[in-house]
This record gives sequence, structure tokens and C-alpha cells, in this order.
Amino acid sequence: MELVDIARWQFGIVTVYHFLFVPLTIGLTLIVALFETFWLRTKDPAYLRLTKFFGKLFLINFALGLVTGIVQEFQFGMNWSDYSRFVGDVFGAPLAIEGLLAFFLESTFLGLWIFGWDKLPRLVHAACMWIVHLGVLASSWFILAANSWMQHPVGYRFDEESGRAELTDFAAVMFNKVQLVTFPHVVLAAYLTAGAFVIGVSAWLYASKKHGSRVPGEDDPDAAEVLETARSDRAMYRKAMRISAVVMLVGGIGVVVSGDVQGKIMTEVQPMKMAAAEALYETEESCAPFSVFTIGTPDGTEEKFAVTVPCLLSFLGTGSFDGEVKGINELRETYRETYGADPGAAYYTASEYVPNIPVTYWTFRWMMGFGALGGAGAVLVLWLTRRSREEKVAPAWIGRVGIGLPVVMVLANSMGWIFTEMGRQPWVVFGLMTTESGVSPGVSVTEALISVITLTSLYAVLFVIEMKLLAKTVRKGPEEFVEPPDPGSKDHDPDAQLNFAY
Amino acid sequence: MLGMELTTVWFVIIAFLWIGYFALEGFDFGVGMLVPVLARDETERRVLINTVGPVWDGNEVWLLVAGGATFAAFPEWYATLFSGYYLPLLLILVALILRNLAFEYRHKGDTQQWRDRWDLALIGGSFVPAVLWGVAFANIVGGSPIDADKEFTGTLFTLLNPHGLLGGLTTLLLFATHGAMFVALKTDGDIRHRARALAVRLGIAAAVVAVVFLAWTQARTGDTSSAVAFVAAALVLVGGIGAASAGREGWAFLGTFLAIVLAVAGLFLALFPDVMVSSTSPAFSLTTTNAAASPYSLTVMTWAAAIFTPLVIGYQSWTYWVFRKRISTHHIPTADLADAR
Repeated sequence: MELVDIARWQFGIVTVYHFLFVPLTIGLTLIVALFETFWLRTKDPAYLRLTKFFGKLFLINFALGLVTGIVQEFQFGMNWSDYSRFVGDVFGAPLAIEGLLAFFLESTFLGLWIFGWDKLPRLVHAACMWIVHLGVLASSWFILAANSWMQHPVGYRFDEESGRAELTDFAAVMFNKVQLVTFPHVVLAAYLTAGAFVIGVSAWLYASKKHGSRVPGEDDPDAAEVLETARSDRAMYRKAMRISAVVMLVGGIGVVVSGDVQGKIMTEVQPMKMAAAEALYETEESCAPFSVFTIGTPDGTEEKFAVTVPCLLSFLGTGSFDGEVKGINELRETYRETYGADPGAAYYTASEYVPNIPVTYWTFRWMMGFGALGGAGAVLVLWLTRRSREEKVAPAWIGRVGIGLPVVMVLANSMGWIFTEMGRQPWVVFGLMTTESGVSPGVSVTEALISVITLTSLYAVLFVIEMKLLAKTVRKGPEEFVEPPDPGSKDHDPDAQLNFAY
Repeated sequence: MLGMELTTVWFVIIAFLWIGYFALEGFDFGVGMLVPVLARDETERRVLINTVGPVWDGNEVWLLVAGGATFAAFPEWYATLFSGYYLPLLLILVALILRNLAFEYRHKGDTQQWRDRWDLALIGGSFVPAVLWGVAFANIVGGSPIDADKEFTGTLFTLLNPHGLLGGLTTLLLFATHGAMFVALKTDGDIRHRARALAVRLGIAAAVVAVVFLAWTQARTGDTSSAVAFVAAALVLVGGIGAASAGREGWAFLGTFLAIVLAVAGLFLALFPDVMVSSTSPAFSLTTTNAAASPYSLTVMTWAAAIFTPLVIGYQSWTYWVFRKRISTHHIPTADLADAR
């Protein structure tokens, strides 16, 4: 195995893993902030129970997202030092500003939120979660601007003397047209994912025989009370689902619209990626079809069976059903002419300029497929738990569908990233530097192997722990309502037990 | 900083970020390491962990920003350091992952085994970076093999030289002392007194080791300014120990805080204008000029830093104010404890 392969595997593993937790972090900060705000406004105990319960799930998830994020920042330098030397002038600034502007905000105000129940006035406490949400949005902005620059470098010049890319226009990097559509796509997909998570977990609790759908035993003296608690719990889960449904709806519409614009921009700035998404080898001058499903070899040599929608690819790529979509073969020639004829450029290596077609073809479809499946599942669950059914207990299978929702949504997110990063290959910075020339020349294969094996095994163990903790917390369900301390009031006892402690 | 070269400004900013990181996370490393030494039962362990509970995460962001700022302002420094000091950094990463999760997950389990394992993660995860950061900085300042292409040519064992190891021991003892001082300042009751007594003993050991290490560093690469910083660091450390034994915990903590600030500042003063010393040839050393980003990039970031750094310092200080009260065993929620058994 070559160093570049190991480094790429590590990047793929730790980045996809990191991004399992990121969408939930982005979306749950919003939903938890909404719950707490609703509690402040309505004083309905259900909203406080939801705030605390989903806050707890959020924190379990956030912890792993945070620690795996540290690896992200370090590994550019560790495994990709030539990349770092080449792009640091452009790519480093958003990273540094992300830390200064977003990470400090997130960590500080999250600490205040976790431990501040008995220290901060209620309004300030709720504001902390909103600030955390602003922090994660700012964080997403800067890191996606950095990534968008790798997809479509702008606002820089190549400096012959230093042999690196140098920043010339920071605003151009911040408002790169790829960034302007990637940011809404990623953030709204995160809303969609977190919405599906809350709906799914709430549906499970709604249908659970231990929670929302419990029925008293035949000679239970407190039968009436049990039924009443279960009914009011179902009402609480419906509240959670209703708010999340709105978040999901906004996210869902936004993801489709932004994804559509993204397709067109991608066709313009990275035509090879679009061709690879469809495994389109020959240029279609008009009405290029989109295959929903193919059996056969997706390298285009043999097609046994395919379900295709006529002209859809033209529409996705150009906005017009008779637009031209260039094929891989033609683009390969174009790329060779553009990039391959310059042997003097230190950062180019002769290459096919074609990404891994089966990977791009399938991840593109799985991204959309999982997203649509999750959306449909959420609609189904919402329908089955509608208000007119609130009086009745629910069958357990609704809960099982619910638990599946966040899983498919998270997978849709992963597929999107695998598609967009694999589709850029062989470039690490499109048109400027190949992935192969970005690795650290001083790192040995042994060192890189130690790193990828250590991190992967550690991550695997942590995944099991995290899933167990999430499952345990969900099974336990929201805690009973307890009026939280109110540090704004006169009879608040500052020497009482901590409201929350590690 | 008017009139200073932008590259020098950024050297100062990065030094500031590392100083902030060590002065802040230094005490939460210390608290993590001292859990088995200072706490006598589960409630006391929780008292210790909760002294840093609301702030450790914010403290750690100083490292992330230092890393990001180095990437942006001195890409060559970032690239050489992170690819060169590969295995120690990997170890630090693993340690940080484990200790961060220990904070978040330890209290979520119900068995003693669960807690014991996370305690191990917390202790080990605090101990390893406390040593390795010292090793790394001793090598950055003292020199490590770097060739003409700015590539590190040594191995893990090159870094584990006597000067490097002494650097590691110095940060270990300093952070442990700093942690004990913090516990003495932030707790009440029996544990407060034990922490103060321990801080004095650890402090004396730290002072002896630190004086040897700093004098050695001074002899290798120091100049007048670093000498002044090192002497001042030693003096405030001794002052802090004196304050601790006199029962003045606020002054004592300020003493170790300033000792770390001055010692790290001294290391950066000894380093300047290099950013990574090459032991292969002085000509191959990375400097504030040959490792720097372009003036435009540095200007953009200078604006960002000028606007946001005061804000960050403002709201982080506010957090420390919000959580200023001492914690003692009677503050720990007992319901959770019953739950745990």
C-alpha cells in the first residue's frame, strides 16, 4: 500500500465518522433551543422535559463530534503536509477564523448551558443555546468555504516563486458560488437529519409500552392514573414531533432546491463530477437521461438492465430538458489539454482525470434515495401519530420505523460527502493540485498505518459506547417535570446542590 | 503592535494562543491527573471533576485556535511540525479524545467498572499530553533534525532526548501543581486543605525541575529577554508556593498561572525569530519569514483577530465569573449517587 492510499483511507474514515455527529449537532442545537424557548413562553412543563431530554441526547452526540473534530484539524498537517504548504495561505485563514469565531463561542456557551441551570437567569440560559446554534452555523460557514475552495478555487493566485496558492481576495473565498449553495445544502440537510432524529425518537417513545403507549394491568388500582400519564406523554411527544416536522419541512424543501442549484453549478465548474454521477461516457447533446437504477457494469461497457428517466440529467445539470451534458470521454480529453500539457508544473501529475465511477454513480443515488426514504418515513410516522389518534395507544412497529429515520438520514449525509469528495478526484484542489502530490513526504508508511489503525479501532469502540448510551437514554425517556431553579428570583438558594454535575 | 512586521505580529499572536492554552488547560490537565491522589471517595472525585466541568472545553479551544492560526499564518511551520512530530501528536490526539469523553460520559454509567474505566481515561488522557507538550516544545526551541526541504528527518526517539524529556517532566510537574492550586481555590472543606498541601510539595519539585530545564534552554538558545522571562517565571512560581503555604489560594493560583505564562513566553522569546530550530543546520531552521503566509492573508487575519480576540477573552472571563463559587461535597447531587449504586 502506498502512503497516499493509507492517508486517503484515514481521511475518508475519520471524516465520514466525524460527519455522523455533525448534522445532529447542527440541527439539535436549533431544536433544543426551540423547545427551551417554547417552555419560556408557554410554561408548559412538556417543553422543559423535552429540552432536558433532547439536550441530553444532543450532548452525548456532541461529545463524539467534538473529539473527532480535533483529529480533522491535526491530520491536514500530519498526513497532508505538502497540501498544507501549498494551500495554507488560502485554506488556513477560514480554519483559523472558524476556531476564533465559532469554536470558542460553541464551547463556552455550551458549558454555560450545561452547568448554568442554577446560575443564569432563564432568558440568558435559553439564549446560550441559541448562541451555540449561531456558533455551529458560523463554524459550518467557514469550514464549507474552505471545502468549496477545494472544489472551485477562487480569490487566489499561483505564486511562481513560493510555488503555492496565495490569497488575493478573501471575500471571493467566503462568497464562492459553490459555497453559497453548499452551505444551505449542508445546513438544511442537517436540519432534516435532526428533525428526523427527534421525530423518530419521539415516535419510539410514543409507541413504547413503557412510555407513551403503556396500559395498566387488569387489577392495577392506579389504572386511571397510568392511562392519563400515558395520554399526556403522547401529547408531549406529539409536540416534539410537530416542531421537528416544521424544521424537517424547511430542511427538506431547502435541500431539494439547493441540491438542484448545486447540480447546475457543479456541471459548470466540475463537469467531470456530473458526468461521473451518471456514469455518462459519451456526450449527450440534448435530453440526457438519468438512470435511477442500473444492473450491469456501471463503467458503461455493459448495461443489462436500467430504469431511466428521459431528459432528467439534462435538467439536473443545465436546467433545461434539452441541455447538453458532456460525457466522461470528451471531458477527459479536455482535462488533458487543460492540465496535462504542462510538465513544468510541480503540482500536476499525469492522470486520467476520471474519478472512481461506481463510487460516484452509487453514492449520488444513495444520497438522494436515503434522503427521500427518510422524508417519506417521517411523513408516515407523523400521519400515524396525528392528533385524532392521540387518544389511543400505538403499535410498536411505528417506533421501529421511527428509530430507522435518523439512521437513513445520517447515511444520506455520508453519501453526499463521499460523492462530492470522491467526485473531485484525482484533484485535492480542483485544477491546481492532485491528491497524490498533497501527502506528507516525510511520513513513513508504518507511521501512517499506526495512525489509521489506532484511530479506526478507537473510533469503533467509541461508536459502540455512544450507541449504547444513546439507546439507554432513549429507553429511559424524559424525566419527570421538576421546576428548575430560578436564579433570577429572590428565594433562589445559591448554596443548594448543583442542578447538574458531572 | 504598530510598526511591527506582520509576521512578528503573528508570531506574538501564536505565542499568546499557546500561552493561553497552557495556562488554562494546564490546570485541567492537573486536576485530571490528581483525581486518584486527591479524592478519597466517589463524591470527592466528582467535586474535583466538577471544578473544571464548565470550563475545560473552552480551555481546549485555545489549542485548536493555536493550530488553526499556525496553519494560516505559518503554513510551513504547521506542515513541518505536524508531519514531523507525527507519533507524539497522534498520542496527544488519542489522549485528548479519551479525556474529553471521560468528562462527558463518566457520570452517565451506573456501574463502578464504568466509572473506574473513565477515571483511567481521564488520568491517562491528562498525563500524556501534559508530558508530551513539554517534550514537543523543548524540541521546537532546542532544535530537531530538519533538512533543506523543511522536512523533519528524525523519529519519535530523536524527540525523546534528555532536554526534551526534561521539558516533558517540567510541564508535567507545573501542570500538576497548577491543578492542585486550582482545586485549592475552587473547593471547600477537607479536600481544599489537602490540595493546598499537595500544591506546595508538588510546587517545590516543579520549581527545581523547571529551573534546571529553563536554565538549560537558556544556555542553548536563550537571549536577554528570555532570561528575564525565565527568572521572572521562577520568582512568581516560588511566590505562588509561598502564598499557598500561607493559605492565600487566590495569590497562589495566580502565581502558577503567571509562572506558566512567563515560562512559555520565555520559550517563544528564545525561539524568535525562528519558529522551529533545525539541529541539522541553522540555515534550515524555519523562521517567521521563510515559513509565513502572504502579507494579504496575514492582514485579513489580523483584522479577524483584532475584532474577535477581545470578545473571546470577555465572554470566557464571564464564564469563570459565573462559575466562581467554590464547590464542596455537599453541592454534589446525591440523587445521582444513589442512582449510581
